[in-house]
Amino acid sequence: MAEVRPTSPLEVQEAVRLHPRLRPKGAGTKPALSAPREGEVVLDLSGLRGLLQYEPEEFVFTAYAGTPVKEVEEALRAHGQYLPFHPPLAGRGATLGGTVAAGLSGPMRERFGGLRDFLLGVRFVDGEGRLVRGGGQVVKNAAGFPFHRLMVGSLGAFGIMVELSFKVFPYPRATRTLRVALGNLAGALAALERLRGLPLDLLALDLIPPATLEIRLGGFPESLEGRLKRLRELLGREGEALLEDEAHWEGVRDLSFLEGSPIWVKVPSTPARIPALEGLPLGPRRYLSGGELLYAGVDPEGLRALRGAGLPHLVLKGAEEALFPPPPPAFFGKVKAALDPRGRLPLG
Amino acid sequence: MGFLEELKALFPPGRVLTREAALAPYESDALTAYRRRPLAVVLPERKKEVVEAVRLCHRHGVPFVARGSGTSLSGGSLPVEGGIVLALNRMNRILRLDPRAKIAVVEPGVVNLEVSRQAAPYGLYYAPDPSSQPISTLGGNVAFNSGGAHCLKYGMTAGHVLGLEVVTPTGEVVRLGGESLEGVGPDLAGFFVGTEGLLGVALEITLRLLPRPEAYHTLLAAYGSLEAAGNAVSQVIRSGLLPGAMEIMDRLAIEAAEAAVGAGYPQAEVLLIVELEGPKEEVEEEAKLLAQVIEESGALEVRIAQSEAERQAIWKGRKAAFSAVGRLSPDYIVQDGVVPRSRLGEALKEIGRLSQEYGLRVANVFHAGDGNLHPLVLYDGKKPGELERAEELAGEILRLCVRLGGSLTGEHGIGVEKKAYMPEMFAPEDLLAMERVKEALDPRGLANRGKVLPEGVVDPRLEGAHG
Repeated sequence: MAEVRPTSPLEVQEAVRLHPRLRPKGAGTKPALSAPREGEVVLDLSGLRGLLQYEPEEFVFTAYAGTPVKEVEEALRAHGQYLPFHPPLAGRGATLGGTVAAGLSGPMRERFGGLRDFLLGVRFVDGEGRLVRGGGQVVKNAAGFPFHRLMVGSLGAFGIMVELSFKVFPYPRATRTLRVALGNLAGALAALERLRGLPLDLLALDLIPPATLEIRLGGFPESLEGRLKRLRELLGREGEALLEDEAHWEGVRDLSFLEGSPIWVKVPSTPARIPALEGLPLGPRRYLSGGELLYAGVDPEGLRALRGAGLPHLVLKGAEEALFPPPPPAFFGKVKAALDPRGRLPLG
Repeated sequence: MGFLEELKALFPPGRVLTREAALAPYESDALTAYRRRPLAVVLPERKKEVVEAVRLCHRHGVPFVARGSGTSLSGGSLPVEGGIVLALNRMNRILRLDPRAKIAVVEPGVVNLEVSRQAAPYGLYYAPDPSSQPISTLGGNVAFNSGGAHCLKYGMTAGHVLGLEVVTPTGEVVRLGGESLEGVGPDLAGFFVGTEGLLGVALEITLRLLPRPEAYHTLLAAYGSLEAAGNAVSQVIRSGLLPGAMEIMDRLAIEAAEAAVGAGYPQAEVLLIVELEGPKEEVEEEAKLLAQVIEESGALEVRIAQSEAERQAIWKGRKAAFSAVGRLSPDYIVQDGVVPRSRLGEALKEIGRLSQEYGLRVANVFHAGDGNLHPLVLYDGKKPGELERAEELAGEILRLCVRLGGSLTGEHGIGVEKKAYMPEMFAPEDLLAMERVKEALDPRGLANRGKVLPEGVVDPRLEGAHG
């Protein structure tokens, strides 16, 4: 299988100009997105790595797209900061570029929002080999077309990301996790909806079907006990406080609950949609961020069921057709034609 | 039938304005130095009417500009000569407010603050709060990716728009995004936000709502210099706190605010407002740390709002500052640039120097948490040459922002006002990519023609190289 491994933006430009069909790849943690189709050359971006700029006081960093999330997080951690959208699969080697291209956020997205809330700027090589910048390196910026947001979930359709800038935040001084069993799905959904609407500043609010909620709090150690107590009162249950909460949540964000499932999918959800989703033949699964985001393990029948129900989803692993439904031709098709007129890149 | 006759046939009588007196109010937005007479102004009340008007424009090659309340400070909704204005204020219905889903689906003419008002009984609100929020519309907020005082913590409009229904410049109606906080596939709704009406007109907007914070802690600190206040901001950040807002006003801005609303601010060179928000137990702990940081920062006087009324009084002065400056000077330009937070001191010093050099007063009000400067350049339009000098000074400030690693605009948009400065921030290839996207979606160049993209970016050599 043909593969090129650029180590500079210039080499990415050369590779794009040289090959008629390309499939960008980071660490390969979402193989449904990075496995080459017939006639495609793999553009392995793992050699384009490293932190280019990090100003802790600005809450901003810039890094090459092939940089592993973990590497960035270690640098951030040294200054008490983190990426609040909690990029998934970090423990398995996921890169910044792959995370953006797939458009993935993890369990802690509940508190401050998802990937799209934290990406500030991009430099990418479009389908004609031109190096293009969008956005900037400051937390507030409204100049020019926001190409960085176009990259979120793009699967590489408009260009090969070479450099990304993100906003970061201070990491909570302490965290606590409460696990509560609610008896049945209806009870769990009612509790979930109630918590979603209250100003509790939860770091994570997950539903593990059929009826368990896992709730993570972060803040000053002195305030956490009081907030935990209030949470228990709101729920009318004691629940169980997890001691190893850091290790537990690292497992969740690495999607270890999907281990053993042949196909891994991300499904945009809402609490109202959960009962219908629960009626489908899905495997192990977990609803993150108050029910807005489902990661599920399925077999081919489950995937057919999702498609049959017309529910949008993204396959991370285990199937060739990654995206359902395809993007709207009227808008997407034209932007695609502008940036990748020869169709060198994925999605069309 | 000619274009105007066809246009009139699309609307009931009275909703296509063509008489001079009726057109006059639409000749400019809040950047009144620029004026253009449109061919006509139409007042749609339904999506279908907007779509039909856009299709008609496409067929006849007539340019169009969509506008809401016209609060743009960058000429973003300036009409195009010979084109039409789609005035969307009558499309002001909140179509759905679903507290359980925490979303609101609105028409583009809905005023920003109205969403929070309607959501308040459910304990929810719409977070982006530009200073114009009592009048500016969400369609405009979407076009400009508007910000406000709370962007550091909550981000700008783009993060709060989940879905859009849009009519493209060729008249196609598309849905971008959805109703969930999460999506799959390219974030096209996110991309549309901030394109200043160049890629189409938003017909319907789905917003995320947030639970209103439970507790606030609002602190006002006085300093002897901008540098000292700027350092205090850095110290707050270094302490690991994440305030909802941090705002700075200089002496001129304080005087103006006092004269306008009598906020009761202390007499000082500089005022810093810091507001913490969140669950009450958390805010209590944060407030202790903040008190310590502010004490160490050398504040000359510190006040803490003891009630909601006192909190509102602190904010009233800050929010009135822009319009209040009108009391100090017959005219002023509101500039809007961003610098990295750590370079605020440097930027302000240079602005002070430029103010001296140009012989024009500059008042400073800014979102210190984001490094978003709002220098107000005071001038007298009746004095010959003064407007030009003020514009030059404002331009120098923008160049300074880019030089320091910031941005041409934090929230006001590029519009017509700043498009000449785009090449300072973006390379020709960046601008070409924007041009190409614009051309692909709007081959006749009708949607908000003449905004954002500077003239003459297309370098023929580059064009040739890529065939």
